[in-house]
Amino acid sequence: MTLTRGTVEIDTERCKGCELCIAACRPGVLVMSEETNHQGYRFPLLEPGCTACRACRDVCPDYCFEVFRFDQAMEV
Amino acid sequence: MTEVAQKKVASALAPLQLSGEHHLCPGCGHPVAWRILLEAISELGLEQRAIGVVGHGCYTNIVQLADIDFLQCLHGRAPAVATGVKRVHPDAAVFTLQGDGDVASEGLAEVLHTAARAERITTIMLNNGVFGDTGGQMTAASVVGQRTKTSLDGRDAETHGHPVPVAELVAALAGSAYVARGSVNNAGSIAKSKRYLKRALELSAAGAGFTFVEILTMCPTGWFLPTAEGPGYLEGTFEQTYPLGVLKDGPR
Amino acid sequence: MPAQLLQGSDAVARSAIEAGCRFFAGYPMLPFTDLLEAMARLMPGAGGVCMNAETEIEAVNMALGAGAAGARAATGSCGQGIALMQEAIAEAALNEVPFVVFNMARGQQDYFQATRGGGWGDYRTICLAPKDVNEAVEHTQLLFHLADLYRAPVMMYGDYLIGHTYMSVDMQRRDYGPLPPKDWALDGRRGGTGASRQIWTWAMGKANDPGPGPDLHWQRIAAKFEDVARAEQRWESELCDDADTVVVSFGSAGPFVSQVVAELRADGLRVGAFRPVSLWPFPETALAEACASARQVLVFEVNAGQMIDDVRLSVGHRVPVRPLGRVSIDFSGMRQGEILTVPWIRERVRAAMNETVMG
Repeated sequence: MTLTRGTVEIDTERCKGCELCIAACRPGVLVMSEETNHQGYRFPLLEPGCTACRACRDVCPDYCFEVFRFDQAMEV
Repeated sequence: MTEVAQKKVASALAPLQLSGEHHLCPGCGHPVAWRILLEAISELGLEQRAIGVVGHGCYTNIVQLADIDFLQCLHGRAPAVATGVKRVHPDAAVFTLQGDGDVASEGLAEVLHTAARAERITTIMLNNGVFGDTGGQMTAASVVGQRTKTSLDGRDAETHGHPVPVAELVAALAGSAYVARGSVNNAGSIAKSKRYLKRALELSAAGAGFTFVEILTMCPTGWFLPTAEGPGYLEGTFEQTYPLGVLKDGPR
Repeated sequence: MPAQLLQGSDAVARSAIEAGCRFFAGYPMLPFTDLLEAMARLMPGAGGVCMNAETEIEAVNMALGAGAAGARAATGSCGQGIALMQEAIAEAALNEVPFVVFNMARGQQDYFQATRGGGWGDYRTICLAPKDVNEAVEHTQLLFHLADLYRAPVMMYGDYLIGHTYMSVDMQRRDYGPLPPKDWALDGRRGGTGASRQIWTWAMGKANDPGPGPDLHWQRIAAKFEDVARAEQRWESELCDDADTVVVSFGSAGPFVSQVVAELRADGLRVGAFRPVSLWPFPETALAEACASARQVLVFEVNAGQMIDDVRLSVGHRVPVRPLGRVSIDFSGMRQGEILTVPWIRERVRAAMNETVMG
């Protein structure tokens, strides 16, 4: 179980697989998928531990991320 | 799972963005610059005063995606066109959005004359050192050593000469009131670049003089690099030639 | 308003301001310079702006910006300077931004440049060539109207004589009828409302309001210029109904040719004069009619022969068309040169009439 303060919604179909979000994610909880979207790109998946820091959203050139912070941090 | 109480802290699009659909390359820095520009305009409350004049480049697409009065103009001529717009609407917040090819190559005279005249507009130059939308050729801002379609072995000073530091040239002109250079290769530099944009737009709209913000952006396609290596290349190569920070804030 | 004795450049500047022009940008180049100086002197007092632009390319793009913002705007130059402006004139024709270009040419050597354009894409440019200061004052205001009516850049073909002679002119504002409001003009006020504007030669529109795109947009503009070609032909025809010989000339050469016709008519020769007032659209129909009974058409122009192409296109092969002028540059390069005199023209018209076996 990992302390998680928030989550992100990822528009995986719009993603072009640039992976900039992977390096930008401070807690390192984004990992690239194995399967590909309709454009043929792999896309990020969120693992527990998100801090809602929005770094992924800020660096994403394809506007794939909506970021949410939980009212209460919780173990996921 | 019970419904989790949460609050949205960031949406994908800036308020003035009509859509997130664009066809720029994976890992391109331009869309990030678009968004912080549009966020800056909203946060300054300039939505109903902003008029944008946009040059030719990959970034031109913004004129379709943003809910702002836009004129897409001839390559390199944006500062002159924006001068005409501003002189007719002195209370409008007039800005140009251009690339390094548009400014450092085609329109160097335009930007320097406009700065010297202290036109109360803001020019934003997205600098990735290549002509992106024609496939990645060298521009006047390409750094020494940079491989492009017209300098495949890397730009070398002997045959290709040296890059033009536009921000420094603009800062040297008395008509410029604020000059800064940022980048979009990580969350921190993005936040800083947005502050530079807000300051620049605020000052020109307030009539302080010509303001200029250069933003280094990644072009992995034009740099022959995997997308994930764009941010590092920008930092390791571009920032050596183009140091980041505020070059000028106030009369000089 | 009482008539005023004014130098042409001054008169044109006042007439433009009278027409509501409040933005001018230019770069010095004689004989255009006097118009720039007049604007620099008069525009501030009229609440307008005169930009001493650092290049002609910047001047014409400033005018484009001002026109896109809804102002009546103008620029100008001549020869090489107009050559530098062609890119933006074409751009404005295709993104439908109105402004006036005062081409105060060095003689008549720039007819092709003014009428064929040197920009890019399928575009035409309305071009009026006044014969004197009075007509220049008229054309100035008409051009601002036509620019707004057709949302396109338009041109006056003036020259040293138009810019430098003095004439008694009537400066009051001409009214050419109502024009639609410029709701397309950029003012920033529709930002964030979902109805912001876009000016773009590709006319792709916005994500929430897609435009026609370049194909349909440029087809529509080509059709617009077809309509202009039919609607805006202007000319002056003098004593052509029974003329054996019609002499065609444009701009400030017109009054010289009219004088020659009057003198030869006094000698009993059946000669007429035809002057295209709109260089584009060229008055082809009217010229064909004017030459209906002619046995020859003489084209007097101070260049190596340019308008003669349009004359031939108009009258076809039905009647011989012969050049009368030539390259003729005086020492200063500003005036029309030695051939622009009544005796020079008269003797050549008379000779051409004698050569052709009459009747």
